[in-house]
Amino acid sequence: MSTLSLHDVSLRYPPQPGPRPPRDNFVLNSINLKVASDELVAIIGRSGSGKTSLLNLAAGFIAPTSGTIAVDGVPIQGPGAERAVVFQDDALYPWLNAQDNITLPLRLKGVPRVIRQERAQQLLDLVGLGDSGERRIWELSGGMRQRVGIARALAAEPRFLLLDEPLGALDALTRARMQEFLLRVQNRSGAGAILITHSIDEALILASRVLVLSPNPGRLTAEIEAGFSAEILAGAQVERVKATPLFKRLHDGLTSLIHSLPNEEAAA
Amino acid sequence: MTLFTEIRPLSRLSEREGADVTRNGAVLGSPKPAASAAPAAKPLPIAVISTLTIAAILGLWSLASAYALVSPVFLPSPAQVVVAIYNLIVTGFVDATLAEHVGASLYRIFGALVASILIGVPAGLAIGMSRVGRGILDPIVEFLRPLPPLAYLPLVIIWVGIGEASKITVIALAMAPSIILSTSAGVRSVSKDHINAAKSLGATPRQVLRHVVLPSAVPSVLTGIRIALGAGWTTLVAAELVAATSGIGFMIQSAAQFLVTDIVIAGIVVIALIAIVLEYVARLIEQRLVPWASHR
Repeated sequence: MSTLSLHDVSLRYPPQPGPRPPRDNFVLNSINLKVASDELVAIIGRSGSGKTSLLNLAAGFIAPTSGTIAVDGVPIQGPGAERAVVFQDDALYPWLNAQDNITLPLRLKGVPRVIRQERAQQLLDLVGLGDSGERRIWELSGGMRQRVGIARALAAEPRFLLLDEPLGALDALTRARMQEFLLRVQNRSGAGAILITHSIDEALILASRVLVLSPNPGRLTAEIEAGFSAEILAGAQVERVKATPLFKRLHDGLTSLIHSLPNEEAAA
Repeated sequence: MTLFTEIRPLSRLSEREGADVTRNGAVLGSPKPAASAAPAAKPLPIAVISTLTIAAILGLWSLASAYALVSPVFLPSPAQVVVAIYNLIVTGFVDATLAEHVGASLYRIFGALVASILIGVPAGLAIGMSRVGRGILDPIVEFLRPLPPLAYLPLVIIWVGIGEASKITVIALAMAPSIILSTSAGVRSVSKDHINAAKSLGATPRQVLRHVVLPSAVPSVLTGIRIALGAGWTTLVAAELVAATSGIGFMIQSAAQFLVTDIVIAGIVVIALIAIVLEYVARLIEQRLVPWASHR
């Protein structure tokens, strides 16, 4: 089993030169987080609390001001295929069809075409797009595009999936369907995951642990062990789970906790 | 205000309540359309307006020639120009047929196009991707870009002589800035998420260039080539007016010296037609090569 760990990670941007008085650019303060490769950890918080910065740090797109980020104790040196990212606006390549998007990580590794095609079909089947491999990206709906994005990340055979509000741009009905899909695919893939989301519902349904990020600067202030994902994976219906008193209590508790946090947008 | 206690199919709802469904007193729908409403007049399509305009210009031109409002030496009739084009195709003018003149001009423009792509695309990549590249090439491009090509034509003739090389060089110099600037703009506008996605899938910097930056910049490069073709075509004709022994510009210049106005106008019409065809072909290539450009 692998572990992705953030140890005492802080992020501070240097003040920008300009006519406005320098703002405090202290984004994240002393983040400590360990994610195992058999769990999905959700991070929720208001806009501007540093959720995406935290994910960008874990992905290696930006370097922390202090602290270390490591996979199995080895500090990361930038982005890498063992931490594949799924983006909110899918970031698929429009010049490639669905199948070629999915097989890009294999092409980068120099895997022969025949094996790539075989693997692409397996992944397309896994995400329920078995006969859409030849389709152009812009011919796919938002939900289908996100499925391709998830399949592409899985093609890299990552130890961790970094999910940056992957369902944030979808309509409510598609989103509800995709939540359960995401849970099952992540579970079958054997990769750990960090999910950034605005939705308390989504966090509680998908994650084994939910962490709350408070803003100014971003700090992890609360943690909930939510077992609902295990129930859903065992066959419980999502709507039934959401109707249980425990789910409602945790949902209400998280809602009032997040509302009690200082509002970054009001402060800005 | 209607309060719903169950979800009812919309068709049944509208049958039952029809035009009575109101909100704030305004009628939202009516079961019968008003029979007296006159259908709105369809606006004239733009293509029809354009065709009518061209027809009007040709008509005025024919009238001016028919009534000799302008001397035929200065303005031959449209029919004379058509005859001139026919004669150009069959017998030619100044030792070459129309096809040979057009061929000479196209040879120059495509020679220059190849040269300017070979120079312009790498230069654009260097400006778009490297600080050093930008530092070195930006001032050169910014110096060259606003210069009228005819201003440096004499210098180019001194350097490379009066032959084909001088004309191709001048045309390539006129074309290159568009290609360089479009390429660098294309490189700089590559989506950050696209680059980050490739990195997180395990791409090396070279692979990011090959699989993300270059394909992403292609639509911009093609737009640059299209603009460059326009600039090149203008320069070509001007360059041939000054120093050439064949080509469509040379043909016009020779005809003007002998006051053969119908050939001059025929040449102008041919130049315009070729420019339109080039633009059309360039757009077609864009649609074929980068159908995704309008969907990103």
